[in-house]
Amino acid sequence: MKPKKARIEKHHIEDFIGRTYMSFCVALLIIIIVSMVYFVASKGISTFIGGDVTVSDFLFGTKWSPEGDTPSFGAFPFIAGSFLVTLLAALIASPLSLCAALFMTEIVPGWGKKLLQPVIELLAGIPSVVYGFIGLSVIVPFLRNTLPGQGIGVAAGALVLAVMILPTITSVAADALASLPQNLKESSFALGATRWQTISRVIIPTTFPAIMTGIVLGMARAFGEALAVQMVIGNAPFIPRSLFESASTLTSVITLGMGNTTMGSAHNNALWSMALVLMLMTFVFVFLVRLLERRNKI
Amino acid sequence: MGATAIETPVGEAFQTEQLSIYYGTYEAVKGISLPFAQNTVTALIGPSGCGKSTFLRSLNRMNDEISGSTTKGSIWIDGIDINAPGTDVIKLRQKIGMVWQKPNPFYKSIYDNVAFGPKYHGIKGKKALDEIVESSLRRAALWDEVKDRLKDSALALSGGQQQRLCIARALSVNPQILLLDEPASALDPVSTGKIEELIKELKEDLRIVIVTHNMQQAARISDYTAYFYLGSLVEYDKTEKVFTNPTNQMTQEYIMGRFG
Repeated sequence: MKPKKARIEKHHIEDFIGRTYMSFCVALLIIIIVSMVYFVASKGISTFIGGDVTVSDFLFGTKWSPEGDTPSFGAFPFIAGSFLVTLLAALIASPLSLCAALFMTEIVPGWGKKLLQPVIELLAGIPSVVYGFIGLSVIVPFLRNTLPGQGIGVAAGALVLAVMILPTITSVAADALASLPQNLKESSFALGATRWQTISRVIIPTTFPAIMTGIVLGMARAFGEALAVQMVIGNAPFIPRSLFESASTLTSVITLGMGNTTMGSAHNNALWSMALVLMLMTFVFVFLVRLLERRNKI
Repeated sequence: MGATAIETPVGEAFQTEQLSIYYGTYEAVKGISLPFAQNTVTALIGPSGCGKSTFLRSLNRMNDEISGSTTKGSIWIDGIDINAPGTDVIKLRQKIGMVWQKPNPFYKSIYDNVAFGPKYHGIKGKKALDEIVESSLRRAALWDEVKDRLKDSALALSGGQQQRLCIARALSVNPQILLLDEPASALDPVSTGKIEELIKELKEDLRIVIVTHNMQQAARISDYTAYFYLGSLVEYDKTEKVFTNPTNQMTQEYIMGRFG
């Protein structure tokens, strides 16, 4: 056999084109993300560079009156509102999602997987305005008639968000449960453990990090959700004194305020600062998920 | 080659009688009657898909966990048909330990793996649990290797150690019968040797039923051997007899490695 000369074959060209195209796509993606982060960060920081507002005034100030005679930009009510509805939504949705996931994978694995899984995934695809509308026309009147307050408020926001993040947590948890080795469960049964003991002592502890990942993903979604919350939370710029009072979240203030301010004004910049806070929180959520996934591998 | 044609000793406290197992309409195990004598190891051999694992799993009603599987016939333990409806499966499974092919410790500490079963059977108090953990680990020949790190994760153990931990876990509820489903097939030769050694020791207090694909292993450790083919029991006898002078031509061919 004579030594082959390096010839350019067809598959080499295909390989080259494919590689170049993918590199281009990845580079484009990175550029978009980096410039978005840079844009939000530079806009967000400009509030504090002018010298009118300090970071602590912004983060912990409780008075929000950007158009007042002496404008003040205390965003704490919104930061608190965002965390409050997010945590409440997670508290409501997590146990429900876990039970739904357990039902699908452990109790009725046959039609549970075949029928319920697609339904849950479908729920995740419903536009948020629909959730908000349902919240406004079902949850708000219900709360108004049965509990103190006007119906709109933190409780309504948390309930709508809980329904919205239910599918996220459920499908992540169901995937984790389904990927457990079959004989791990059987080992527990073989020791004479009941189904409930097996679920509570073997299945849940083993999949706990993955379930937490689902919950954090759900919280990230709840934290960033704007429209549905804005429709039911009442949008008052105060720290609510009860769950049935109106409040605001970072997202709802941004969506409501953005159109009414001029680029470069202090008010506009303050909204960008809130967007920066939201973005940083998203990073924290992503970081948490990574951390949990790493724990999951052990 | 009907299963009924085979002479089996009767009157054992643990035996199956005309046991058939179906997955839907498919008959995976066809009317098998087998005794399991006290202080013996019974090896179930046969080509993949012959029903031996299904048969083994039925002995502690583990097939209940598979939807669509039904069982006919009887499994007698101490004069009770555990296959009868109304059997307390939870109680039953305490009498019958099981170990799988792949080591599958719980994602817990070594101690908690062994204490898991006893805790659920109402044994309370650290002292009582400590004793069970130690004696179970000793019986599984693992105590000396792990006594200083009982609180470490079970997943940090080697494969062979994990498998002995699984045996210790099965022994923790003090079963009368131990079912082993290819317990050494995922292990290296040294670990396999240890497991085989252990099986020989454990049969002093137990009945052991083992599924294996390793003919040498079956010959080394078992007292009785049952050859399964396509869901039927082809041959059952003392291991010596089955391996030196099998009655059935198929058994001989399988053992010689010419078929299967």
